[in-house]
Parts: sequence; C-alpha cells; structure tokens
Amino acid sequence: MSYQKPKFRHPDLAVNELGFTKADYEGSLSTLCAGCGHDSISGAIIRACHELSIPPHKIAKLSGIGCSSKTPNYFLGRSHGFNSVHGRMPCVATGAAMANRDLLYLGISGDGDTASIGMGQFAHVVRRNLNMVYIVMNNGCYGLTKGQDSATADEGSASKKGEPNLFPGIDLAGLALQLGATFVARSFSGDREQLIPLIKAAMTHRGFALIDVISPCVTFNNNPESTKSYEFFRDHAEATGTVDFVPMREEIKTRYPADSTHEVTMHDGSVIRLHKTSQHLNPFNRVSAMRVLDEHRNKGDILTGLIYLDRNSQELHELMQTSQRPLNELGEDDLCPGNRLLKNINAALR
Amino acid sequence: MTSRVKPLKSVNDFVIKFANVNGTGSASANKLFAKALFRMGLPVCPKNIFPSNIQGLPTWYEVRVSEKGYLGRRGGVDIVLSVNPQSMPQDIQELEPGGYFIYDNTKPLDLRLIRNDVTIMGIPLTRICNEQYKDPRQRQLFKNVIYVGALAALLDMDFAVLTALVADQFKGKEKLILPNIHALELGHKYAKEHFDCPIGIRVEKSDKVGDKILIDGNTALGLGALYGGASVVAWYPITPSTSVIDAFEKYAKRVRIDPGTGRKNYAIVQAEDELAAIGMVIGASWNGARSFTATSGPGLSLMGEFLGLAYFAEIPTVVFDVQRAGPSTGMPTRTQQSDILAAAYASHGDTKHVLLFPSTPKECFDMGAQAFDLADRLQTPILLLSDLDLGMNDNMSEPLVWDDSKEYDRGKVLSADDLDAMEKFGRYMDVDGDGICYRTYPGTHPDKGAFFTRGSSRDEMAVYTEKGEEYEENMHRLLAKWETIKSYVPGPEIILCGAKTDTAVLYFGTSEESSREALDYLAEEGVHLDAMRVRAFPFNKEVEQFIDEHERVFVIEQNRDAQLRTLLMAEFEFGPHKLKSVLCFDGTPISARNIRKQIKQLLPGNNVTPLHREKIASGAGEKS
Repeated sequence: MSYQKPKFRHPDLAVNELGFTKADYEGSLSTLCAGCGHDSISGAIIRACHELSIPPHKIAKLSGIGCSSKTPNYFLGRSHGFNSVHGRMPCVATGAAMANRDLLYLGISGDGDTASIGMGQFAHVVRRNLNMVYIVMNNGCYGLTKGQDSATADEGSASKKGEPNLFPGIDLAGLALQLGATFVARSFSGDREQLIPLIKAAMTHRGFALIDVISPCVTFNNNPESTKSYEFFRDHAEATGTVDFVPMREEIKTRYPADSTHEVTMHDGSVIRLHKTSQHLNPFNRVSAMRVLDEHRNKGDILTGLIYLDRNSQELHELMQTSQRPLNELGEDDLCPGNRLLKNINAALR
Repeated sequence: MTSRVKPLKSVNDFVIKFANVNGTGSASANKLFAKALFRMGLPVCPKNIFPSNIQGLPTWYEVRVSEKGYLGRRGGVDIVLSVNPQSMPQDIQELEPGGYFIYDNTKPLDLRLIRNDVTIMGIPLTRICNEQYKDPRQRQLFKNVIYVGALAALLDMDFAVLTALVADQFKGKEKLILPNIHALELGHKYAKEHFDCPIGIRVEKSDKVGDKILIDGNTALGLGALYGGASVVAWYPITPSTSVIDAFEKYAKRVRIDPGTGRKNYAIVQAEDELAAIGMVIGASWNGARSFTATSGPGLSLMGEFLGLAYFAEIPTVVFDVQRAGPSTGMPTRTQQSDILAAAYASHGDTKHVLLFPSTPKECFDMGAQAFDLADRLQTPILLLSDLDLGMNDNMSEPLVWDDSKEYDRGKVLSADDLDAMEKFGRYMDVDGDGICYRTYPGTHPDKGAFFTRGSSRDEMAVYTEKGEEYEENMHRLLAKWETIKSYVPGPEIILCGAKTDTAVLYFGTSEESSREALDYLAEEGVHLDAMRVRAFPFNKEVEQFIDEHERVFVIEQNRDAQLRTLLMAEFEFGPHKLKSVLCFDGTPISARNIRKQIKQLLPGNNVTPLHREKIASGAGEKS
C-alpha cells in the first residue's frame, strides 16, 4: 500500500539557492515501522541535498533489497530511482555511473544487502573507487524477513528472539578501509548533527564514499541484549570529532582552536572542517584509521565520524580515462565509425 | 608405402586434419595454410578443435577445402598431418580408406599403428629443425612452418601465395620474414626430393572466393557492437566469448578515442562475475547508454535473476551468448547449441526473451548491431546466441557492410521538450497500444519524468502496488508487447526444393552449412526436402505457417534435448509426431554426413528397425 503525503506545506519554508524548499526533496510517505532509524537517515539525506542545493533530477538513487532499500522511495521524489535485486545495487550503480558521469549516484543498502549477499559486489565497487555515495543502513538484522541476525551483528549480541549470535560481526568501515576506500565514515541514525555534514562531505567527495550508519531496528533488534540498539549505541559510541561542511560559496564563520582542526578543500571548492577529539586518529592516514578503528572495536566501542579521507582520490572515470562528455550523450557520429573503416577491415581479412 | 586401397584422388575437395600439441605455436602455421588456400580462390572452412588447456594436451585443426563452396563440416578426414605422438593412434584411425598419413618420422612409427589402406609418408621434422636451429623455441615453432612448406609441395599449392602471406603476417617485424620463408622452403624442398609431388589430392587456383573475407564470429560480433553504438561494456572472462570483448576493445582503441582530449568514448569494465556484468549493462542501459555483455552458458545461468528484472522493469539489455558444452569443467572448448531454453525462459516468474540466431560472421555483425536497436525499441533483453564453432573459428563470410544512411533506433525515449508538451507521463502506460511504453533517462527534466524502477509490483505510473488486477493488467500488456516483437525480429529464411514434398528440415545457427550440404546429398539420391532457417525467437507467423504446411519437419540442432523443438512445441502446440529431431552433441560441429544419415533413417519407409534415441543422437556410430 502506498500512502500519499498531504500536499500542504508551510508557506514560510526556507528555500535554497535553487529556490527549492525541503519539500521539493521529499518522497512518498514511509511504510517502515514507526521509530525506524532508516526514516531518520532519509530525513538527513533530504536535509543534506536541500542544503547543498543539488538539483533533485541530477541525483540517481539506487538500492538493493530489504527495509533499507525501500527508503529511496521516501526521499527525493523528483529523482530517478532504481530498486534493483538483492545485493546487486553496486553493479547497477557502476553501469549507470559509467553511462553518465554527471549525475550524483546515491546508493542505499542494508547490512544483509551489503555484508552477506552483496559482499562480493561491495568489495569490488570499493576497489574500483566508483564515484558514488554508499549508505549502509545498518541494523544488524533482516527486518523484512522478521529479524534474523545479519553478518554485521556482533558476536554475543542477541536480537528480540534472545539467541546470542555465534559469529563475529563484519565491520564494514574496517573492511572498506582494507579494500582501499577513499572516504569512510560511520554515524548513527539518531545523530543528525553528525550525519548531515557527513552526507554532504560524502556527496562532494570524488570517489567511493561509504557511510556506515547504525540504524536500530525498533521491531526486532532494539532490546537491551543487542549491540545495535539505541541504548547500546548511546552508551558505547565515541566520535572521532565533529565535522562541519562549508559549501563553496559560504563564508567561514565559526572558529575552532587551530591545533585540533583540519580543513579539507573538496573538488568543487567546498570545505570540510574536522574538529578532532580523538588524539590518535589521523583521518588522512589509512593505517592510523584502521588502527584506531580496531582499538575501539576491541574495547567494545563504536567509533563514529569521519574515519578516513583520501585527498588524492581518483575515481573510476579518471582511472579509465573515459570521455569528459557523458557516454550516454554521444551520438551516432561519435559512436559509429562508418562503412569506410569496414572496407579497410574487410581488405585486411582477405 | 603401398596401400591395398587406391589412394584418394581429388582436386580442390578434401579434408585435412592437423594433430598438434597445444601451446607449440601450431595455430599460426595452420592458419597460414588455410589462408593460403583461401587466397588461391578456394572456399575453406578451418576448425580449431582444442582442449581446455594452455600447454601440452592434444589439439587439432581441421581444414575443409571445397570448390563447391560447402563450408560446414563434411565428416571424415582425407589427410592427417600428425606431429603429436599422444594422439597418433586416434588420428590414423580417423582417416578415410585411401587417405594420407603424414607424420614426423624422426622417431620410427609404432608398427601397430600402420594401416594398409592409407598412404603413410614420413618427414623428419624434428631432425631438420635440430640441424637448422639451436634455440629450442625456434626448433618448436619452425617445425610447424616446415610442414606447411611440405604440404605446399605435396598439394601443389602456389608457393608465392605463401611467401606473400608471411610478408603480410610479419608486417612491422620484418626480420622474421626471411627465417619463416626459409622454413617453408626447407619443407618444400624435402617433400619435392622425397615424394612424387603432388599426391592424389591436390589444389588448383580457382575463383570461388570473390570478395569474401575470412573472419571469426566473435570478431564480427565485437565489430557489430562497436557499429551498433555500444559505449559501456561489462564482462567476465569466459571461453568461448572472451574474444568478443577483445575485438571490441581492439577496434574501439582505434576509432573511439576523442581526438581533442585523447579520452575514450567507451568504457570496458571487467566485472567481478557475470552477475555484476549483467547488472552493469542494465544500469548503463537504464541511464541511456548502449551497453552489452558477452558470456557463455555458465555466465548465462548466473545472469538469470537480473534478466528477469530487466524483463519486468523493461530495460534494454543486450547479451551475446557464445554457447559451449556443459557446466564447470565440462567441455568449455567444445561447441554446442545448448542454451536455447535457458536463454528463452531465463529467470523466475513469467519471463520470455528475444533470441537471435546468427549463422555466419556477417550475421554476427548485422545482428550484433541490430540487437541494440531492438533492445531500445522493445525495452527488453535481447540475447544473441552464437556458439564456439561460429565464434572462435575463421569462417568464410560475405564482407561486412554498414549502411551509412541508417540511423540508430533509440526507441520511445522522451526529451525534456516532450515532457513539457505532454499532459501526463506514466512510465508503464501503453499510450500507442503496442505494449511498448515511453521511458525517460535520469536527469532529463527538473521536475517531470522521474520514476522509480522496480520489479513487477507497480502500476502504470510506476507507483508501488500489490493489487492483483494491476499486476495482471501489466502482465497482459507485456504479452501484447511480445506480439509486437514478432514483427520486429528477423524472419526465417525459407528454401523450397521446387519439388512436391510434405517433408522439410528446420535448422538455425551453425547447423546451416552442413544442413544445406546434406540436403544436396539427399537431392542427388532423389530425396527432395524443403528447408527453413529460423533466425529469431519469438517465432513469427511464417515459421508457424511453414511447419503447418508440412507433414513432418526434421529439426536439426546441436544439443541432446532437442531444445528448439521443445520451444516450437511450447509456443505453437505442434505435436511431437510432426517434429522429429536430428541431433549432434558430442562437442564438435555437426557434419553433413551425419545429418544425411540421420534424416535417411527418419524418412518414411527407411525406418525398418526400431530406432533408439541414443543411437540417432550419436549419429549411429558415425563420427560427426
């Protein structure tokens, strides 16, 4: 059943540079459970896109299968969307991105979709450094099939069913670092202050940007024995620091102590400003990022925030040296060599 | 040596088989031999029969020469050129009585192998090489060139044609020309000095080639994709389809580089598996680029789920399936037409797909390019089914031609202006009544035309629904589209024998040449049969009518289960009594003699003893 949202909007809604209100970035009404973390992430995506003034039709939303993968229907109603097959969103995104390098590709996946059935595809889209934002709505369980443990569920963690999970959980941020990801972040669906600037930074990054977002499943995995519950997260999360995203035309107003602040100028001239709280993390050093991530994991803590950023990222189109013009804009004149060449080819085959 | 059977005699009509060791550089020498005959104006049909191996196992190269222009496998071997002791017992056994066995006699022949009904001729290839060359690699490589030189003398080939070919082959590496010509001369000289040249089988210059070319189907297919405008290629390496991508890339590097920037007007992604390859094709096509993948049976199986999605979501998808035998470590280097049903009904749910059956390299090129127009027009997967025989062997083919006045058919795609001019856009609305709806590419218009692509649970406006009646309506529309498709796909080629007959043969793809030859044999014996070559699925009206007009139809195919026959019965409800099978599935291309034999057994009156399916299928003991 698909619900229609009321069309009425407050007349004083803020407009962005394109003259769009936040409502212009919304989608259909969510059919997920009330209180689902995924809806908060959808909200953060809407906010981030609105505040970045991205024309909605220049975004393509792609997803696999699962509760997470339903969400692209609930935001960015003016963007094309593609709900593909289970675990295979990365390849559809790869093909789409190859065809048109000018759109922003926003992939939405879940922990089952990414860490189990789609693990192979995830690994390869990371190492290809496809220019896309890849958000994992990570709740440690299969919601749509009623709460089975997923591969990101921590060892010993128990969902509502009460059976402790026997196997170590897969840390997608750590894995992505190993595989060569050029932007790795982790956040929490309930922390919009952290999540929105991270999404903005990811959208400005040129290359593969992973945000692993812990997003509790209120129906099947929000009990005290679960390490993916609201309660557990609030008790065990430690942020790498805070992140400001400064769009390219905006004057920098806030001031932080210089020794703990890094400014990173992104490809389009925007600036990400990192205010570090973690002493040991150097987010521009992969080895440091992996070490600090592991240290937190060993303590049973969840490290959030921007974990790693490769400032020299070369995305797939650059690596492959494909045309600056989107391939889907090439016409017959660019694509078809004509009969003259065939005559030469025929001659060489006689 | 003497033989009790008269040595075979023929001019421009024979089958020679080279028995080599894989990885010894024999392929280029053997090709030199075939191409020299081709340049002498003789129709040739070389076939590589090779193992799934890089080095060491037996490999064969069979060349059919036929002044009459028969390009299929005839069956039987007249000359064996044997340089592989491993396969010698089998190779000598395969010879026709009166045939010629030419071997490396540096080591004496095992006396148990000797047949009295063939002519046995020894050339000390290894000894000559050891005397001439110090480098072990040269000794190995030139052995092959030396036997080509010897064959030139034995068969009376034009030596100047060979030397000219060597010069062509090593253009840019000129210092290799003279040593190769020297090796040819060594063989030529030895044969002239030791045998009566020519032997009973010989060649003469002819003019039966015209402007034809010698090309493998995969190269033609790669070129077809290039001309068809493919710009995103996704694939996973698999024999025997890999060379489709190689060919695309080779020519794309030449003609698809942007002159201003030096950047590529194409992208080739080697995917992590076939699931990803087909997903990339779907993603690229959804986004408005022409895209394809090339694969073989195991890859096709993996693509099943995505092909279903493409069918329901109605995304143009082009797949080139170069068929081979069996899964896993089956027979990946042997040919078959055994993916018919897997391709036609790929995926779960109610799905059926458009299939194209090329039978020549020219058709690989034409249909390869056409597949993109069909995919865009029909918004559905198009699977072109070639096979190893066509794909990896050089075939004599009509030259490739492109009509420069032709424009791509990009199908029903709406621009921003179109969207502004229309009242209402619904992705799955059948506006024209042909079952094909209008689509938009992402990014086309700021606030119109966006839709959400998903499987089958959506209404005309692409909005999520699980209502049964809306699902059914959509499925009926897809059937209406299926009817439309029949008017777009290539129709059959019908050849009437001119005599009154109630019996016909039906074949497709690489069975064409051998089938036509078999029909000629039968006609010589007074059996006249009509023939139809099916070129696509869904079958159009003409196919149905042709079968209807005949009492019985022999369906010739290269698989065990008579898959095309099953498809015909499923689509048309013809009974099994009407459609009889002529099959070959031993991994080698079906031969004319095999077809003739099976048809004769099936003809009314000839069917005296009860026939077992297995017996028919294996060609009743005859090597196919």
